[in-house]
Amino acid sequence: MFPRNVLEALGYRPLGYLRSKWPLRSLAYLLTGGFFSTALGLALLGVLTAPFGRTAGVLAAVHILAFAVLMAGPFERWRLTLIDSEPLRPLDGWRTVGYGAVSVVAVGWADLAVVLVSIGIPGFLLFAPFQPTAAPWQAFAGPVAGAVLLPIAAYPIGAWAGARGALARAALAPGDGELREVVRSRARLVDAFEAERRRIERDLHDGAQQRLVALNMKLGIAALDVAPGSVAAKEVGEAHTLAKEALAELRELIRGVHPQVLTERGIPAAVRDIAGRSPVPTTVDIDLPERLPPGVEATVYFVVTEALTNIARHSGAGRCRIAARSAEGVLCLEIEDDGVGGADAARGSGLLGLADRIAAADGRMLLSSPSGGPTTIRAEIPCHRPSAS
Amino acid sequence: MPPPLRVLIAEDSVLLREGMVHLLRRFGHDVVGAVGDGAALLAAAHRLRPALVVVDVRMPPDFRDEGLRAARRLQSEQPELAVLVLSQYVEQTFADELLEDRRGGAGMGYLLKERIGDVEEFADAVGRVAAGATVVDPEVVRQLLARRPDPLTRLTPREREVLALMAEGRSNAAIARRLVVTEAAVAKHIASILAKLDLPPAPDDHRRVLAVLAYLRV
Repeated sequence: MFPRNVLEALGYRPLGYLRSKWPLRSLAYLLTGGFFSTALGLALLGVLTAPFGRTAGVLAAVHILAFAVLMAGPFERWRLTLIDSEPLRPLDGWRTVGYGAVSVVAVGWADLAVVLVSIGIPGFLLFAPFQPTAAPWQAFAGPVAGAVLLPIAAYPIGAWAGARGALARAALAPGDGELREVVRSRARLVDAFEAERRRIERDLHDGAQQRLVALNMKLGIAALDVAPGSVAAKEVGEAHTLAKEALAELRELIRGVHPQVLTERGIPAAVRDIAGRSPVPTTVDIDLPERLPPGVEATVYFVVTEALTNIARHSGAGRCRIAARSAEGVLCLEIEDDGVGGADAARGSGLLGLADRIAAADGRMLLSSPSGGPTTIRAEIPCHRPSAS
Repeated sequence: MPPPLRVLIAEDSVLLREGMVHLLRRFGHDVVGAVGDGAALLAAAHRLRPALVVVDVRMPPDFRDEGLRAARRLQSEQPELAVLVLSQYVEQTFADELLEDRRGGAGMGYLLKERIGDVEEFADAVGRVAAGATVVDPEVVRQLLARRPDPLTRLTPREREVLALMAEGRSNAAIARRLVVTEAAVAKHIASILAKLDLPPAPDDHRRVLAVLAYLRV
């Protein structure tokens, strides 16, 4: 993977990092911050001690400080591009000013201190031969030690710059970033698929299913009027059987596309229905004040179906319990069984599928499954997201 | 032919509504009204005072469970009203909920919509529900049986058939006719089933249905 910022570069290829552009960029990042702070400090010191009166000095200091703080935000954004190739979204004014103030007044000094310590020690050793008091062995060993230590200095500098960059990103653009956008776009995709499935279900229900039921009824009525035992009776009877088979098949087909119980009656009834079909006796405890958004309903239905299938197949459980509550816009679903435990998302694709599906709905899944049981799956899914329906 | 019943139909598909009106009239019933949504059902039931309503679960405006909710409300308002609910699919808990709501001796039925096609059986179910019986779709029973393999394996195939028919709320005589055996044979099968399932013998068809469903559901 191509590292997008210095922290990723450090983490992905610790040795390759040394040959990359990141150490120098980190150094530049820290030095620019440090110099800005130093310049500000010196300027303030200058005007406050200058011989043109105390009031004028303070006034000038306030102006310089205000100017520096205002400049610091945009400056921070520019600096961040040195160590982070991911663009920031447009500015939020006050947040930028606040961060700029903290950065330039306080944190910039720390940047400088890290650079001085990291480079200062190897630098001092490298220049050992030029020290008048250095013994011959020191003049020889110093540069060797310095040459070894200098590359190592790249790591604290990179790490500190990375941490500062993460801090800057968190402060300047909270909750932003590519990840959230990916989650949202995935959720939109899942929603769109679900909406399409609901539409197909509706069309089948309103169209083919109703007509087949009507056809079935007509054939039933027709059978009343044909002479029993006649050729016509036999043909009508066969047609009737075919119509009934078609209806049964269509019913199962629709169940696979989008369960009608979910459309019509929502999560409590649908979950009880799944539980009722499970070979493991399952109690259902669901208390929801209102219908959930259709996308969330579909996710919960999928999760419960898959989880109960897994439990029936692998857990050896004798009992299972499903509970769901919603609070503050988040649906909490818990599925607990008294089986053998030891479920591991890394080994079973079933659990991975569950986690994927929940993540696609912008939610998260927690799994507790100690060896020997019990196993609890907990899904937290936000409900506020407006759904495409 | 059984005495004509005052029937009210609630079904949003015109095709099916007209078909059911035609069908029930054909079996000699008095179809006093046919409406297309839950609100109209409530109004018509209050005005026309039918003995039985046949209700589609999913109706306008939201196409969710308007029909079912209207039916449950009607039952609480008119305890003597028999209700036959029709659904496009089997839901295990419908039967529970409907039975839960059952007050007094009014009949209650839950059938798949496609059962209308078996016109004679459908007419029979309408008559039984109106007479106070509890009728549950055989598909519900089939699914419940499929889920419970262990103790039910002790039942013979014939006993399973009898069990399914019992759950549909049929009397011993009806089961005997259906399976083309004597009533005495049916009684023997039932005694054997109840014994194998550790259920107390119940003379009343309705209580028997409840016992069987309750057993299958645990």
